[in-house]
Amino acid sequence: MEAGTITLTVTRFNPEVDDAPRRQSYTVPYRTDMVVLDALNYIKWNLDGSLAFRWSCRMGICGSCGMMVNGTPRLTCGTYLREFYPNEVVVEPLAHFPIIRDLVIDMSDFLRKLQEVQPWIIREEEPPLEQGAYRQTPAEHERYRQFSMCINCMLCYSACPVYAIEPEFLGPAALALARRYNLDSRDQGKAQRLTIIAASAGIWECTFVGECSVVCPKGVDPAKAIQQTKWDTTLDLVKSLVLPWGRRK
Amino acid sequence: METVSYDIVIVGGGAAGLRAAIAAAETDPRLRIGLVSKVYPMRSHTVSAEGGAAAVLRDDDSLDGHAFDTIKGSDYLADQDAVEVFVQEAPRELIQLERWGCPWSRDPDGRISVRPFGGMTTWRTCFAADKTGFHMLHTLFQTSLKYPQIIRHDERFVTSLLVEDGPGAGGKRCVGVTAIDAQTGELEAITGRAVILATGGAGRVYAFTTNGAICTGDGMVLAYRAGVPLKDMEFVQFHPTGLPNTGILITEGARGEGGYLLNNQGERFLKHYVPGKMELGPRDIISRAIVTEFEAGRGFEGPYGQYVHLDIRHLGEKVIDRKLPMVRELCRDYVGIDPVHEPIPVRPVVHYMMGGIHTDLDGATPLPGLYAAGECACVSINGANRLGSNSLTECLVFGARAGRAAAQFALASAAPPSNPVELLATDEARRIETSYLQREEGTERIGRIRDELQAAMDRGVGVFRTAESLQSVCDELRALRARCGRIKLDDRSRVFNTELFGALELEFMLDLAEAIAWSALRREESRGSHARRDFPERDDERFLAHSMAHYQPDGPPRIDYLPVTITRWQPQARTY
Repeated sequence: MEAGTITLTVTRFNPEVDDAPRRQSYTVPYRTDMVVLDALNYIKWNLDGSLAFRWSCRMGICGSCGMMVNGTPRLTCGTYLREFYPNEVVVEPLAHFPIIRDLVIDMSDFLRKLQEVQPWIIREEEPPLEQGAYRQTPAEHERYRQFSMCINCMLCYSACPVYAIEPEFLGPAALALARRYNLDSRDQGKAQRLTIIAASAGIWECTFVGECSVVCPKGVDPAKAIQQTKWDTTLDLVKSLVLPWGRRK
Repeated sequence: METVSYDIVIVGGGAAGLRAAIAAAETDPRLRIGLVSKVYPMRSHTVSAEGGAAAVLRDDDSLDGHAFDTIKGSDYLADQDAVEVFVQEAPRELIQLERWGCPWSRDPDGRISVRPFGGMTTWRTCFAADKTGFHMLHTLFQTSLKYPQIIRHDERFVTSLLVEDGPGAGGKRCVGVTAIDAQTGELEAITGRAVILATGGAGRVYAFTTNGAICTGDGMVLAYRAGVPLKDMEFVQFHPTGLPNTGILITEGARGEGGYLLNNQGERFLKHYVPGKMELGPRDIISRAIVTEFEAGRGFEGPYGQYVHLDIRHLGEKVIDRKLPMVRELCRDYVGIDPVHEPIPVRPVVHYMMGGIHTDLDGATPLPGLYAAGECACVSINGANRLGSNSLTECLVFGARAGRAAAQFALASAAPPSNPVELLATDEARRIETSYLQREEGTERIGRIRDELQAAMDRGVGVFRTAESLQSVCDELRALRARCGRIKLDDRSRVFNTELFGALELEFMLDLAEAIAWSALRREESRGSHARRDFPERDDERFLAHSMAHYQPDGPPRIDYLPVTITRWQPQARTY
């Protein structure tokens, strides 16, 4: 196994003392099987205990450890140093979010938006539990499956050119999750969600650039969800104009 | 200092905490529920559970079948009344989760699919591919968003329980928690008429574990320090199939779907250990079998110690992609191999705490007002060895029960008086300041002590134990505790001080490691996951009983025992 050292240059920002973010470089031991998160933990527990970042599962499923690695939004637990070695690795907080401290971003905006799209099963009537589970065929499951894979890691917001300039944009993950429920055979809340989405900002500025889908570590295609949603809201609007009873269905 | 008041305070935003919150909200919509979590709820470690959740949903299955498999799996240490409640309520809970939108894998006719799992005699494990925990967690979290009375306090580190001294003997009552808001560094008192702990496991007391960074046993120790005993802590589950180096879990579903375990002779060695079950044997027995193969020189040698092969190649790419996509993803991303074409290197890895906070069937602890559910609790349905796919269901069944019971308790009790609460919280704020943030002397580093703690546990409280190995860990933990008092932080700031949290977690882990090691030392028998080389037999005469570890401020824990509840299944020899 190749061994040596590698330089990590990391964004530092402590709101209690700093006016603006700055950069600090650290030299850490290098092994070919080390990921960027391993290097950050080496710094944290051996060199500088004041470096702040989020992480937990280190297996690409909890969604905590997204950061900009050499300019690209990545999960640091799944990004190997060997991709960059022997060159320097620059680690910054996810773009387009306010920084709380160092590599920790403020994602409360997303949590608000997630709640806004009503990401839960909506039904007019709920049969009693005694009647058992709903039936859902594998084909019905497949219709929404990929959109249910979102881990809320925020990489897509960091890559999104619309979110960069329109902070009110619901954004790729929230719209993909709205789509997930709209496509679920058990759900009846589509019209309700489309009304919320149609009234929100930004969706029409999304031009199918698809940066969100490129950076998604879980193979979700939010760009597709957004295009489909645009089509649905248009259809909904047309129906309401041409067939005033159309929206009631 | 700020004080926020609720009817119910829930600590932990994983499956058990969220299920409890929804159950409490549905018990009475007037109840205000504070959900306090160290991380955003969808980061909770439930997210990493893979294989599935067990319940009797098929006509050819039976509640007695699920109960007996669980009890036999527990090596007869489970409380049988608890197991009976568990299997009875499990189907309803899984159906409820389906109604909330959980994307379970389905049979062609639209029914929820089931798969075989270790120690279960029939197919009863529901699954969402091999991301069951992830889907359950996100379904619960997203569903919880529709209840306006559930108010989240995300990224709060809970440092202590607020315990009020009531009138008369034993008049104590839990009335809330103190918590540091990570984003501001401020310590808050969060009070409630009832408190539910749902903080998950503690795998991080070991170095080699499947558990995420957050699994440091916080809730267990909060209860323990407040005088609530920790039950059966010596029973630590080693999952047979972790990836060397990282400890990342490869689901038991891989064997459920037909995968083989092979030694360096290419032999399915389990035929010598669990011939009747082979790869579907229970986790304790398979982990011991693998370690025995290592000791006999039949493991493969790697840079991170020995390993065996988990071979799923014969399942074919189609089955792997449909039922085990995450296995393929993890192998590709974290080992650099494709399990469609190559066997997966695996070794036993710390995965789950069977033990935890002593509770009754409603999640109530001996401290009035305090409840616990999920991995941090010990009801006990898992006894000396948990069967895979029972823990996700346990979070639902006992999360819901604790939520309902805490709601009833809250409705029947008075609001906590503000006077002692503020005093207690001021004391706690002072402790954090003087012990950490303003301490100038000291030379010890957190990382160093934590590494030594984890190495000691790996070495002495592993798959096999002896009095000697356990005693040496107990001694070492005492020494580490003394050094812990000399920690000096680099970081004195308030906002997102994760070094401070590291220090507080280290103290939690030291307390917990002592409870584990001392409980293990005192149990002079082998049962389930607790395998003593010096006491290789199960001893029902002396130890058909739960270990109860009681916190002692000035020394190691005091251990006493509580009888196991037997209803219909008398202990027998446990062979598969």
